[in-house]
Amino acid sequence: MKKNLLKSDAVQSLIASFLCIILGLLIGFIVLLFINPTGAWDAIVAVMKNFLTYSRANLQMKNFGNTLVKTAPLLMCALSVLFAYKVGLFNIGAAGQYVAGVCASIYAALAWGWGWFPCMILAIVFGAALGAVVGLLKAYCNVNEVISGIMLNWIGLYLTNMLLTKVKESTSPYTLHIKSAAPQALLPGLGLGALFNNNQYVTIAIPLAIIAAIVILVVLEKTKFGYELKATGNNKNAAKYAGMAEKRNIILTLIIAGALAGIGGALLYLTDYEQWQCTQTSVPGMGFNGIAATFLGGLNPIGTIFASYFIQHITSGGAYVDKTMYCSQISDLISSIIIYLCGFVLFIKYAINQGIAKSEEKKLQKEKLAAAEAKGGEK
Amino acid sequence: MLLLVQYTLIFASVLLLVALGGCFSEHSGVINLGLEGIMVIGALGGALMMRYLPAGTSGFMIVILTLLAAIVFGVAYSALLAVASINFKADQTIVGTALNMLGTAGATVLVKAINTAANPDDVSSTIQYIEPKKAFIVNIGSFEFNWFMVVAVIMLIFAYVVLYKTKFGLRLMACGEHPQAADSVGIDVHKMRWAGVLISGMLGGLGGICYILAGVSEWKFENGVAGFGFLALAVMIFGQWKPTRIALAALLFGFFRALSNVYFGFDWLVSLNIPGSVYNMMPYIISLIVLALTSQHSRAPKAEGIPYDKGMR
Repeated sequence: MKKNLLKSDAVQSLIASFLCIILGLLIGFIVLLFINPTGAWDAIVAVMKNFLTYSRANLQMKNFGNTLVKTAPLLMCALSVLFAYKVGLFNIGAAGQYVAGVCASIYAALAWGWGWFPCMILAIVFGAALGAVVGLLKAYCNVNEVISGIMLNWIGLYLTNMLLTKVKESTSPYTLHIKSAAPQALLPGLGLGALFNNNQYVTIAIPLAIIAAIVILVVLEKTKFGYELKATGNNKNAAKYAGMAEKRNIILTLIIAGALAGIGGALLYLTDYEQWQCTQTSVPGMGFNGIAATFLGGLNPIGTIFASYFIQHITSGGAYVDKTMYCSQISDLISSIIIYLCGFVLFIKYAINQGIAKSEEKKLQKEKLAAAEAKGGEK
Repeated sequence: MLLLVQYTLIFASVLLLVALGGCFSEHSGVINLGLEGIMVIGALGGALMMRYLPAGTSGFMIVILTLLAAIVFGVAYSALLAVASINFKADQTIVGTALNMLGTAGATVLVKAINTAANPDDVSSTIQYIEPKKAFIVNIGSFEFNWFMVVAVIMLIFAYVVLYKTKFGLRLMACGEHPQAADSVGIDVHKMRWAGVLISGMLGGLGGICYILAGVSEWKFENGVAGFGFLALAVMIFGQWKPTRIALAALLFGFFRALSNVYFGFDWLVSLNIPGSVYNMMPYIISLIVLALTSQHSRAPKAEGIPYDKGMR
């Protein structure tokens, strides 16, 4: 019998993700219609087009590069959420771990004049440390990782503001430009920028993030360590019974997740694409968008690469909407609707499976009927 | 000193309201991580009501209508959580997180659109309510008494009575402890859970409007509610899901939150020369420590977070 393509889990995930995107855009469109019916379509188109709004090819390439520059940290945050989720942990603290990475890399670069590599290592250490706190609290004190993660997000934000105030420009709340104050810490470009119309912000950050995704895939699918982690996630008690150190696995998972998000912070701020604002009063959305990318990517590292790009594409696209009618946050709105819909993925898969089962049953009945009729005819 | 008491009480009221909301939802078996978003939407409802009320409205009507608007918005928004987690058995953590992001993003988009429509140069996400705010406040000497303190106490009594003294409350709690057993004696688990989530939406919405009326007379919706929904969850856990203990926990957390607002009024605190950020961090640090100490022996409802499936025993 021919294998039904719809039965494969990967295909179902893909269908579910596309459904989420389409429904998310549709609901976003309806919300915009309510706010101001005249410009809603243009706004959605602007969000979808992003850099394609420019008609000149070289400007398109340059802004495509900019979107990619921000996709790299988003992908790292998404991988952080994904890795923890595979072990049954919801790492909403990725946002704070990302901030910790930003803090470490900027401070080491500007205050101590470190090069990019040691800066990145420090970012990993900071992110991992924040993750470790969540892990220790979860493993030994049974504290819900979502709540402790949120608390650490805010603690991390205020600590970062405090520390980075020491390396800010004297006349503005922003930190010094890495490019002028600490050029040794800039990530090497390796000539990648030339591909994007000499975009100086395009660096090894982008290939590094993609390599990280592949490494995560291999670790989770092909190693004993990854298998143990996933087993712990599926059933903590069964894993313990089978002789796996479930507490150690929880802590280790969150340390790795924290490290991944921490690298994300370094990958963006060591390109000098942005400066940190020391008076920031809300946790940057990067970590939260990472959650969107993770679930949209069907919880698969490779899927996450594309989902991260999509989420960043519409987030950057938000900058191009008509500001007299809407604000750039409509892309946040759309991505949060998409996350909400991702909650229904299990249901969508269930519905698909039900549909398949029903049609197969019908087919079977028809065959039986036909067989019975054929028999009757012979008599 | 009086100022510290005043801020402690008002922030404790916010935390109490929202934590009681979480308490209802969790007792029915649904983890409500979306409280933060519900607060934002409730605050939005109340703020819009205050903005559009005609100038001559009496103080009493302002209070009642604003509270009603916050409740309606909060309940309607919490229905999104109920549909997803009860009827479609969605992952409650994902949906809750989505609601938090959606709350802030949605409120920002809406308020910005309203502001720009009124005045094309205004691209802020701020709503002002200097005049209507006065209706909520009674000055007793230099102490600003806020009607929300009364609302919070009423809701505390309401929660206690409903949960422990009525058939409905006991049935609700049964659905959070052992839904299969509850179902076997004829309780409609889905209906009960819906009720729990909607009540939490009502209390969350009230808490939201209370929070933005606490110290300031305008609110920038881009900022959301700064993790207050999660602080309330910490209060709830520290209070072991029991209304009276939640009230005490709310006072403790409210005190630390109030410190960051008024620390510069105390000479000896100022002389310590601690940066303001440290006071801002205080409530979060305290809650981490408190959670670490109390979560080990937590008496959380046993079936919380697990979608109810009739076929499972």
